[in-house]
Amino acid sequence: MTSKIEKEDLSRRNFIFGSIAAAGLTVAPGVMLYQTANARDLSKPASSKVRWGMLIDTARDVDWNKCVEACVKEHGLGNEEHSRVDQRTQYIRVVEVKNKSTGYSMSLPVMCQHCEQPPCVDVCPTGASMKREDGIVLVDRHRCIGCRYCMMACPYKARSFVHEVLTNQDETTPRGKGCVESCNMCVNRVDNGQLPACVEASEGAIVFGDLNDPESEISRLLAKHGSKQIRADLKLNPGVHYQGI
Amino acid sequence: MKKLHFLEVEGNSKGFYTLIGSFGLISLIGVLAAYYMEHHGHYVTGMSNQVVWGTPHVFAIFLIVAASGALNVASISSVFAKTAYKPLARLSGMLAMALLAGGLVVLLLDLGRPDRLIVAMTKFNFVSIFTWNIFLYTGFMGIVAVYLWTMMDRPYNNLTKKAGMGAFIWRLVLTTGTGSIFGFLISREAYDTALLAPMFIIMSFSFGLAFFMLVLMASYKYTDRPLGDYIINRLKNLLGVFVAAVMYFVIVYHITNLYSADHRGVSAFILADGGIYTFLFWVVQIGLGTLLPLLLLYGPTGKNRTMIGLASALIIIGGLAQLYIIIIGGQAYPMVMFPGMEVSSSFYDGVVASYTPSLPEVLLGLGGVGVTLLLVTISVAALKFLPVSLADDVANPHAK
Ligand code: SF4
Ligand code: SF4
Repeated sequence: MTSKIEKEDLSRRNFIFGSIAAAGLTVAPGVMLYQTANARDLSKPASSKVRWGMLIDTARDVDWNKCVEACVKEHGLGNEEHSRVDQRTQYIRVVEVKNKSTGYSMSLPVMCQHCEQPPCVDVCPTGASMKREDGIVLVDRHRCIGCRYCMMACPYKARSFVHEVLTNQDETTPRGKGCVESCNMCVNRVDNGQLPACVEASEGAIVFGDLNDPESEISRLLAKHGSKQIRADLKLNPGVHYQGI
Repeated sequence: MKKLHFLEVEGNSKGFYTLIGSFGLISLIGVLAAYYMEHHGHYVTGMSNQVVWGTPHVFAIFLIVAASGALNVASISSVFAKTAYKPLARLSGMLAMALLAGGLVVLLLDLGRPDRLIVAMTKFNFVSIFTWNIFLYTGFMGIVAVYLWTMMDRPYNNLTKKAGMGAFIWRLVLTTGTGSIFGFLISREAYDTALLAPMFIIMSFSFGLAFFMLVLMASYKYTDRPLGDYIINRLKNLLGVFVAAVMYFVIVYHITNLYSADHRGVSAFILADGGIYTFLFWVVQIGLGTLLPLLLLYGPTGKNRTMIGLASALIIIGGLAQLYIIIIGGQAYPMVMFPGMEVSSSFYDGVVASYTPSLPEVLLGLGGVGVTLLLVTISVAALKFLPVSLADDVANPHAK
């Protein structure tokens, strides 16, 4: 038993601290070249000086489905063979919001909001749901027991449960039957100094960056234009901000 | 009052083996159903990313809640010194343990990764109420076991009151813990209320006692041991009070919801336009599970054993319906992300999620009940849990 746990611990550490480095070899060439100057030193844990976040401009006329497609491709999603539609994994989805009285409608992409006070992490009995020091919330799929309590607790319906055995997995995104998963802000890419896949596909409508650095583009935009967070009343302080909602 | 005499149930009879065989089979089918679901993955169930806890949770939480309620009879006898309940205290403690075991088996087998039980038992996140529940459940087993010991081993009899007090406090905390699993889900309208924890406590009283009465009456009938009206009358009157108390909480829950703009939606959903949930509420929970049992218990049939048994069974069915509405209805009702707006998406935002229980889920849930009954049957034959007679001249402390 001990050896099994140790192995799990090791894989967990690697997952957190970036075994993903090796994956750099497997992603498409060219992708690696992007922003490598900012790659994180993978021998050290993620730093708490950084808080990664996103600013999504919903007023921009972009096809948000492109972001969804990019996410599906990046993480090798959509490979379920048996699951019903309501059982398939979605890390990011396009939500149509309509004001009944005025008729005004808009659409916006919603993924894990990477809450600063994440209920999913609070309720997880094993600590599989966790928040990295840099604010990214993810599931350690080697520690998750599949109780689904985190799915009950998340106010954004950001999580999916893997309902069947998966084959053909993407190496950068370990997934497995019986475990819960969700948007991990493309940690594999971020740790390599790249942008998350949806950000890259958004034609500039999603800005990614360090919320703790007042000089970063995202911080400057937030300071200048302000933003909204979904269900800000819950005071979870999501790392994903929106403009135009 | 005559002297109380406890004796094991004759274990070497055809009837006994039939019972063991049937309950064993129900348990086995439950385990096989779980294996089937684990082997394929949860896609073979009615559960989805919208309704993540399904029928197994309804049964599991029912059994766990009933477990703490089943201890009531023992608590009344040791903590509140009501001698009339003393002959039943052992059965009450044992049944509580068996119910908890049955519930935990279901909870465990419905995990996505039950094989990682060792992870759940070694890696703890102490912020999580789930983690606390793991300790509450194991602690409950331990403390009730000690309590039973003090009752059954004469030299330790003088410790019964203390152990009983400990078990009593522990069970209140345990049910609060179970209720809090839902109380912490701030994002879901149905659960966002402080009423849930006390409501779970009173539900536990009612479900636990109903289960207790069925087991008591069945075991005395099967073994041809006398069971007098005195004890049955006391128990059924108490049961009626609990049923009415649950109804009171349900009314308060919905009235407070209806008076608050944020929560009106979910109550309107359950009470009026929730389809299957509305049906379950009015017909099964209120009609069959509350009003009819009250009528059977307090009406002209109040002395008829069959009717009392029927009332207890109906209370259990009503209780399952109530938990189905709370657990599954609460998830099916759409989560509000943009208050006042109409939302839609590929991920079923803004719509009532559909859920149909699948056969394996139901079989797993029933398997948990089977485990409980199997444990009860084995226990009454192995140890001295049941008094030889509960006829009125033995059970009534005021009898000459
Ligand atoms: S959005 Fe949901 S899954 Fe993501 S951090 Fe917040 S609570 Fe957790
Ligand atoms: S499903 Fe996994 S990640 Fe979610 S709460 Fe349970 S153990 Fe934690």
